[in-house]
Amino acid sequence: MAVLSMVEAIRSTLEAEMARDERVIVLGEDVGKSGGVFRATDKLQERFGSERVVDTPVSEAAIIGASIGLATAGLVPVPELQFLGFAHQAWHQIGFQLARFRYRTNARFTTPVTIRAPYGGGVRAPELHSDAFESMLVHSPGLKVVAPGSAADAKGLLATAIRDPDPVFYLEPLKGYRLVRDEVPDGEYLVEFGKVRVARAGDDVTVVAWSGMVGIAEEAAAAAEAEGISVEVLDLRTLMPLDVDGLAESVARTGRAVVVQEAPLTAGFAAEVVATIAEEAFVHLEAPISRVSGYDTPIPMPQLEDYYIPDAHRVLAAIRAAVNF
Amino acid sequence: MELFQILDEGGQLVGEPPAIDDATLVEMLRLMLLGRRIDQKAISLQRRGKLGTYAPLSGQEAASVGSVFALDRESDWVVPQYREQLAMLHHGLPLSTYLLQRMGHPQGSELPKDGTLYPQQVALGAHLPQAVGLAWGLRLQGRPGVVLAYFGDGASSEGDFHEACNLAGVRKAPVIFCCQNNGWAISVPWHLQSGSPSVAARGAGYGMPGVRVDGNDVLAMYASTSEARRRGLGGDGPTLIEAVTTRLGAHTTADDPTRYVPADQVEQEKARDPITRFRTWMTATGRWDDDAHAQADRWCDEQIERAVAEFDATPRPDPVTLFDNVYADEPVRLLRQRAAFVADRESR
Repeated sequence: MAVLSMVEAIRSTLEAEMARDERVIVLGEDVGKSGGVFRATDKLQERFGSERVVDTPVSEAAIIGASIGLATAGLVPVPELQFLGFAHQAWHQIGFQLARFRYRTNARFTTPVTIRAPYGGGVRAPELHSDAFESMLVHSPGLKVVAPGSAADAKGLLATAIRDPDPVFYLEPLKGYRLVRDEVPDGEYLVEFGKVRVARAGDDVTVVAWSGMVGIAEEAAAAAEAEGISVEVLDLRTLMPLDVDGLAESVARTGRAVVVQEAPLTAGFAAEVVATIAEEAFVHLEAPISRVSGYDTPIPMPQLEDYYIPDAHRVLAAIRAAVNF
Repeated sequence: MELFQILDEGGQLVGEPPAIDDATLVEMLRLMLLGRRIDQKAISLQRRGKLGTYAPLSGQEAASVGSVFALDRESDWVVPQYREQLAMLHHGLPLSTYLLQRMGHPQGSELPKDGTLYPQQVALGAHLPQAVGLAWGLRLQGRPGVVLAYFGDGASSEGDFHEACNLAGVRKAPVIFCCQNNGWAISVPWHLQSGSPSVAARGAGYGMPGVRVDGNDVLAMYASTSEARRRGLGGDGPTLIEAVTTRLGAHTTADDPTRYVPADQVEQEKARDPITRFRTWMTATGRWDDDAHAQADRWCDEQIERAVAEFDATPRPDPVTLFDNVYADEPVRLLRQRAAFVADRESR
């Protein structure tokens, strides 16, 4: 076990997967010589060459579209989109072409493409770089959507994603790249999709989070503990597939749930989590399920983004409200 | 930009014909005739409510047949848009499967197993970056083969066309971009589609040759595609072919071209009929006669009768198959939705 930052866990997993399977290739903007704007592909080109770690034109639709073609030629592409905000320029290739390729061809082709993209705010990036729109991705049947909240999961889920026969959108918390550090298992490590991780065990209230919000939920849970409230933090890990049973089991036990997301409130993925809990664990509920969320505005300019992104203070308030209902 | 021609509109040789053996030439003309017959049959089935919306190919037979015959079916891929019925048939798609696709039957999405055929694309231009990736992937793995990607003049205005050509130029992907420029994107004529006099002229901007070819001249299409294929296999990268062709009918069975195509243009385009031109040359060179034509007619009848019989004999899909093939590894929740769906069906 070594303590790694999330970006180092991603980088080393890419390296290990490329060494394991020569069909794996990385492509994207600045992924080669520069090693990626966040260094997630650092030194990969040095080791594997410029035919397997490919600097592409600034061309998101072509990066994803070509990845489909590469996959049907028998390769395992791991394209990087420099920021999730730029995924809109490839949206038709992601949500309609890649996600449906197997369906549209009666399984003649499967497209094992893992798209990596950093997302979310908190690093003072310019406008249009920081949006969290994972719900759009989840609403694309055929696609799997993965959002690790720890460095260990970043490794285990990325390895699973690359080996998965289906296309996977792998979301990386921009702010967590270097901030999130934890013990990462050595050697081969795979994390099964569709199983929540209990980031912190507790009895009074379940806080559900994913990606960059897991750390915020844990911070709030620690503060709640000081007030005598025992909080269970669930890291969803994968949004599609969603661990319906894992969610239900936890909330059935605690009777209370708070769901935290960075995205705008309305129709965000938190709404799906709330609906699922209501369907699966309604009789166990002792308080209304609540959401702590971004607002129904664009993510604001950097000087205002800390007021937009949920913090531990807001999560703690929701925890208290649930317990005191 | 000059128009490359081998057979002129009267079927006279104006260039060097490509080396194609007689049996293959006969096969090409037969497939072109089949195309015209498929249109007639499909439109009639559509009018009787037996087929969904259909995009006729009449007028574009040479553009499809001339180009696809230049490929090696074992190693070269076809990435079609939706008016390439003949290229798809040539690359192994059964006609009955094509008809089922047009009827909205999921079995119509089937592609030849281990074949070199992509699904037809209806989101214009979206298949072009995919074709580049496929061609690039073949090259990366040291596999022989080129990718022939078809699209129309309308699709050439899509961003995906630009991104695909640009990436293909950089990666030297062995892809042949074959634009079937029939002058109409449904009702919008070329001069409203682009300020450029041709699609082919854009090749230079991507570092690839662009050639403007008479798309109603099957020999010119074969020769230019063969040349593009040689370049691709030789590591010289992509080629842009603009097949200047004609859409003799409507865009689809849902379209009424009398609203926008001038009447005199219809007559002019009929004079450019690719089948008449090829048949004239084949007859003049002793490769075709009335007997051969009657034989080809019978062959077309058989193909169509067999396909329609298979189409008619195909039962409606089992409703639960709507869940099939979404994921290779299905999420639990989807499995539960399937089970609930079955229970709901059984409760009715």
